Amino acid sequence: MTGLSHNAQWVLVSTLMLGAAAGLIGCFAYWKRQSLMSDALAHAALPGVVIGFAVLGFKSLPVMLLGAAASALLGALAVHAIRSGTRIKEDTAMGIILSVFFGLGIMLLTIVNRMPGGRQSGLDSFIFGQAAAMVRQDMLTMTAAAVVVLLAVLISFKEWKLYLFDPGFARGLGLSGRLMDAAYMTLLVAIIVIGIQAVGVILMAALLIVPAVSARYWTNAFGGMLALSALFGGGAGAAGTYVSTLGDGWPTGPFIVIAAAGVFLTSLLFGVRKGLLVRAMQRREQMRRPGARAVMSDPLAEGRRCHEL
Amino acid sequence: MEPVMREKGTAAALEEKGTEATRGEEGTAAAPRDNGLEPMRQSGGPEAVLEVSGLSAAYRRNRVLEDVTFRVAPGTLTAIVGPNGAGKSTLLKTMLDLHPRLGGEVRFFGTSYRKAKRRVGYVPQRGSVDWDFPTDALDVVMMGLYGQIGWLRRPGRRHRELAMAALEQMGMGAYAKRQISELSGGQQQRVFLARALVQDADLYLLDEPLAGVDAATERAIMDLLKTLRESGKTVMVVHHDLQTVEDYFDHVLLLNRTVVAHGPTADIFTRDHIARTYGGLLRMREKVTG
Repeated sequence: MTGLSHNAQWVLVSTLMLGAAAGLIGCFAYWKRQSLMSDALAHAALPGVVIGFAVLGFKSLPVMLLGAAASALLGALAVHAIRSGTRIKEDTAMGIILSVFFGLGIMLLTIVNRMPGGRQSGLDSFIFGQAAAMVRQDMLTMTAAAVVVLLAVLISFKEWKLYLFDPGFARGLGLSGRLMDAAYMTLLVAIIVIGIQAVGVILMAALLIVPAVSARYWTNAFGGMLALSALFGGGAGAAGTYVSTLGDGWPTGPFIVIAAAGVFLTSLLFGVRKGLLVRAMQRREQMRRPGARAVMSDPLAEGRRCHEL
Repeated sequence: MEPVMREKGTAAALEEKGTEATRGEEGTAAAPRDNGLEPMRQSGGPEAVLEVSGLSAAYRRNRVLEDVTFRVAPGTLTAIVGPNGAGKSTLLKTMLDLHPRLGGEVRFFGTSYRKAKRRVGYVPQRGSVDWDFPTDALDVVMMGLYGQIGWLRRPGRRHRELAMAALEQMGMGAYAKRQISELSGGQQQRVFLARALVQDADLYLLDEPLAGVDAATERAIMDLLKTLRESGKTVMVVHHDLQTVEDYFDHVLLLNRTVVAHGPTADIFTRDHIARTYGGLLRMREKVTG
């Protein structure tokens, strides 16, 4: 840390907070089976960013983020409309929306870059992320938003757990499905929108997905999964940002994703809950146990066990 | 109708309730075809726990429920029986606003489901949730108390004790801290039952609780349901095993997209009614089994 400028330290803190918040919301997306949805939403945010810039004619983060949120939500609505109005399945709908919105965003970006003053817009940094290009105000916005997400999860931890595990039962208890859907979508879009400046629209989804799947390998408790996912996300965010500041103009997103991937690989191999190493050891243990062969070679007993399972 | 209740050998206190409960349904039993009209005439009878009239629902363009009408008296244990695709699960879901309703009316304890929510306990099919979710058995049971705990509040020691007691009642005390994916199908079903139990509802709706469970679980579940009935609660169960209907349930609702017949098991669960519910399927089966 000592070698870093004051500004770089701020960048580190804000990407750490962002990573932690993304790790939390990523767990929600994971249990809603919407990991791919977060990718579609992130890509769908790009046209909004560019339009926000083009309308104002100068760079204003709040306006661009508002545009990002609007176009991400439009993407979500489009996915929903395609899924319920046609015979196209959700994954296909997300594939369509992801590529069409991203293509539109790149097209608009090319046009804006040719406009006078467009070159200095720094819009390119929204594609792969450029944490170093953030100013103090951006970091404050990002940190504040991340804190709001953290609080929202902490306060209603038990409601989220119920909603994610058994939404039908939740509704029976009087927990509004619509309210929770809206809150989830708001948090997801919020975290994507504040994150794209640092990580970029292409790789933002990785910061949502990878910490959550990594955390699953270490714990069997929902609270534990949230805490670890936040820790992994925050760690990957800070580590990736730190490495990206070592070179001149290095994008942040790829380094953050590589750091997160390292955490995932470690978890996959060494995780205590169904990590590959633990599973291999358990298998060996079972084979060695006396009588293991007898039990396995009794098809009736096996059948009964399968039935019970 | 009364001899049936005696034959069942239920507690003396229950007998009175049983007769009271069945009295209102005599009309339905005598003329099951007219179920569209009968319940209306009967509304002057004992207070119904559940009143469904003209209910219909669809999946996309396929109508799965058509003009379903019946009423359930308090203190009864009813099996909902019908072939695959008869709309048994959909009936429960539609009554509970979990599936869109095309038409008709559902009243719980004389009021809407919204207002009576707290008095209704629903046990969905085991397969409706992802058991790989990171949580333990006790925690799942505790979810049944969330309504009582209040939103945004944390559960306390008393709630943990209540949940533990419910698990023990289902013979699952030793598995409280077990990760739910490591439980067998029967054990998972018992956890779901315990979760419904802590809700302390007055009407329980269970979707196939006996599907694919071991014999011990089946016994534990049926014991629980009978205990619930004896304490004055009302229970409706989607059931798939025709062999056990007469042993387990005092009432039966034969369903095939609409109500074929409904009433006390001894009167309603007849060869004729079953054949009408299952169409040609049963005749085929009888030929095979001799």
